[in-house]
Amino acid sequence: MLKGKQSWVFPNRPVIEASAAVGGPFEARGKLASDFDILHDDLWMGKDSYEKAHTLILEEAIETAIQKAEMTKEDISFMLAGDLVNQITPSSFAARSVGIPYFGLFGACSTSMEGLALASFIINNQGANRVVTGASSHNAAIEKQFRYPTEYGSQKPPTAQWTVTGAGAAVVTNDQEKQGKLVTTSATIGKVVDMGLSDPFNMGGAMAPSAADTIIAHFKDLQLDPSYYDLIVTGDLAKIGHPITLELLKKEGLNIDSQKFKDCGLMIYQEDQQVQAGGSGAGCSAAVLYGHLLNEMRKGKYQRILLVATGALLSPLSFQQKESIPCIAHAVSIEVHP
Amino acid sequence: MLPMFFWAFVIGGLICVIGQIMFDVIKLTPGHTMSTLVVIGAILGGLGWYDPLIDFAGAGATIPITSFGNSLVNGALQEADQHGLVGVLTGMFEITSSGISAAVVFGFIGALLFKPRG
Amino acid sequence: MAKKNKSPEQKRYQQIEQKHELKRPVVKNCIKAFFVGGTICLIGQAVMYFYMYFFHFTEQTSGNPTVATMIFFAMLLTGFGVYDKIGQFAGAGSAVPITGFGNSVISAAIEHRTEGFVLGVGGNMFKLAGSVILFGVFSAFVVALIKTLLQIWGII
Repeated sequence: MLKGKQSWVFPNRPVIEASAAVGGPFEARGKLASDFDILHDDLWMGKDSYEKAHTLILEEAIETAIQKAEMTKEDISFMLAGDLVNQITPSSFAARSVGIPYFGLFGACSTSMEGLALASFIINNQGANRVVTGASSHNAAIEKQFRYPTEYGSQKPPTAQWTVTGAGAAVVTNDQEKQGKLVTTSATIGKVVDMGLSDPFNMGGAMAPSAADTIIAHFKDLQLDPSYYDLIVTGDLAKIGHPITLELLKKEGLNIDSQKFKDCGLMIYQEDQQVQAGGSGAGCSAAVLYGHLLNEMRKGKYQRILLVATGALLSPLSFQQKESIPCIAHAVSIEVHP
Repeated sequence: MLPMFFWAFVIGGLICVIGQIMFDVIKLTPGHTMSTLVVIGAILGGLGWYDPLIDFAGAGATIPITSFGNSLVNGALQEADQHGLVGVLTGMFEITSSGISAAVVFGFIGALLFKPRG
Repeated sequence: MAKKNKSPEQKRYQQIEQKHELKRPVVKNCIKAFFVGGTICLIGQAVMYFYMYFFHFTEQTSGNPTVATMIFFAMLLTGFGVYDKIGQFAGAGSAVPITGFGNSVISAAIEHRTEGFVLGVGGNMFKLAGSVILFGVFSAFVVALIKTLLQIWGII
C-alpha cells in the first residue's frame, strides 16, 4: 500500500522465514565471521573464473536460505536478485541452476533492499506465497570490471572501499503464524541523487546524499520519528559517507542518535584489515543484514531496524566519459512481530 | 661505480616523486600519469637533455618510463639522419624494442604460468 | 573532472564532503615513492653492471637486456601476487619504473586468461599500457619530426 510520496507499508506483515549469508576469505577474517553460514577460504572456490565463483556464492546463499526455511525450491514462486557484474550474469546463472522464476535487479549496492522491498510488496499483495530475494558481489570479479586487474600495482587512496565477496538471501512468505517472527513493515523507494561527485575511488562521498534523501523521505512519508527504530543501518557508506549522512540529516532536523546509526561497510571488517574506508558491494548489505543483523534480532537485541542500502550507479564507461556518479538508496524496515 | 649507484637511486627516486605528485596532488590516473611522463621523456630527448641525464644517473634515468619516450625519439632521429624524413616513422623501435617485446613475451608466459590472487 | 556546471546545491554538498574526506597522505606517499623507486633503479643499475662485466655489453647497449631483465622480475613479482602489495605501499615508486609498465601488461594478461588466450589475454593485455605506447610513439614522432625538419631547413 502506498504511504506518502514514495513509501509502501505492508499491513499483511510479510515474514522473513529464514536468511543466509555466504562469504569469502577476507570476510572470514572479519568481525562478523560467525554470522556467515558458509565461508570460502579462497576467491576461486573451486571454479575456473571469478565470475563463476560469484555465481556460486549467490546460489549457495539462496539454497541455504530455502533449506533453513524448511522448504524446497519448488515451493518458491519467485526469485529476485542482482549483483554488480555486467548484465548481472552471476544472478542470472544462479537463477538458471536454482530454477525459480526470476526477476533480475540492478541497483548497484542498493540491490539487496530493492529486492526485499519488491519481495515484501509481492507477498503483502498476494502476488505469491513464498519468494526468495538476495544480492551478491565478488571482490576480484568487480575489481576486474570496474577498476584494474587484481595483480596491478595501483595505489588505492584512503577514500577507496573494499568490495565484499559475499552473498545474502532471504525467504519471504505470507506465513500466518507470525508471533515472534521477523516481518517487513515498510519500504521507501529512493530516487536517483547526483551531487556532481565523479571520483570512483570515493563511493561513500557520492552516495551519502542519496541515503539522506531516502531516510528523510521515509520518516516524512511514514510520519515517524527516528527514535522509533532501535537501529538504523546504511549499506556501504563507510568512513567517508557515514558521518556525512549523519550531518546531512541533522541539517534537515532529523536528529539520529549516533550510537543507533551504523553502517554495514564499517561493521564487516576488522580495524587491521586493509580496506581503506570500509566495505562495499551489493553483497555487503546483503551479507551483513541476512547474516549478522537478523541473527541479532532473533536473539532479541533489536526489535525494530531500518536498513538503508546505498548504490552508486556508475559504469567504467561513464567514468571515462567524464560523467558524475548518480546514486540511489532504498530502505526497508524490519520488526519483530509481537 | 659507487657514485653512479647513489645518483641512480636519487634521480630515479625523484622521477617517481614527480609521478606521485601527479597521482596525489593533480589527481591523475596511473594511465594519464605514465602517458604524461613518457611524453616528457620524448620532449626532453628531443631537446638533447635526457641523454646527459643518463650519463649522469645511469639506471636512475633509464629505468623510469620517461626513458621510453627518450629512446623512441633517439631511434627516430637516428634513422632520419641516415634515411631522411621517413626515418622518423621507421626508426622508432630500433632502440626500444626490448621493453615492449619483454612485456609481451613475459605477459604471455605469465598468463600461462600464473593465476591471479585477488 | 566533470565539465558540467555544478548547481549551488551540489557546490554546498561538495563543501560538506570535503570536510569529511580522508585526505591522501601526500608527503608520506612521496617519501615511500622516492625510496621504492630509487631502490628499483638501484637494482637496475646493478643489473646493468652485471651485463657490462659478465656479458661484455657497453654502457650504451646494456640498457636493452637490463630492461628485459627488470620486466622479467616484474613478471615474477606480479605472478606471485607481490607487485600489487608493493604498489599499494609505493604508489608511483613502483608504477613509474619500467617494471610498472611490465606489471600493467602482465597483470592484465594473467587476469584475462579466463577468457581464453586469443580474446582474453590477447585482447586485453594492453588495457593499461596502451596509452603509454600510444603517447610515447606519437610524441616521439612529433618531436623527431619537428627536430628533423628544423635540421633540414638549417634552423638548428
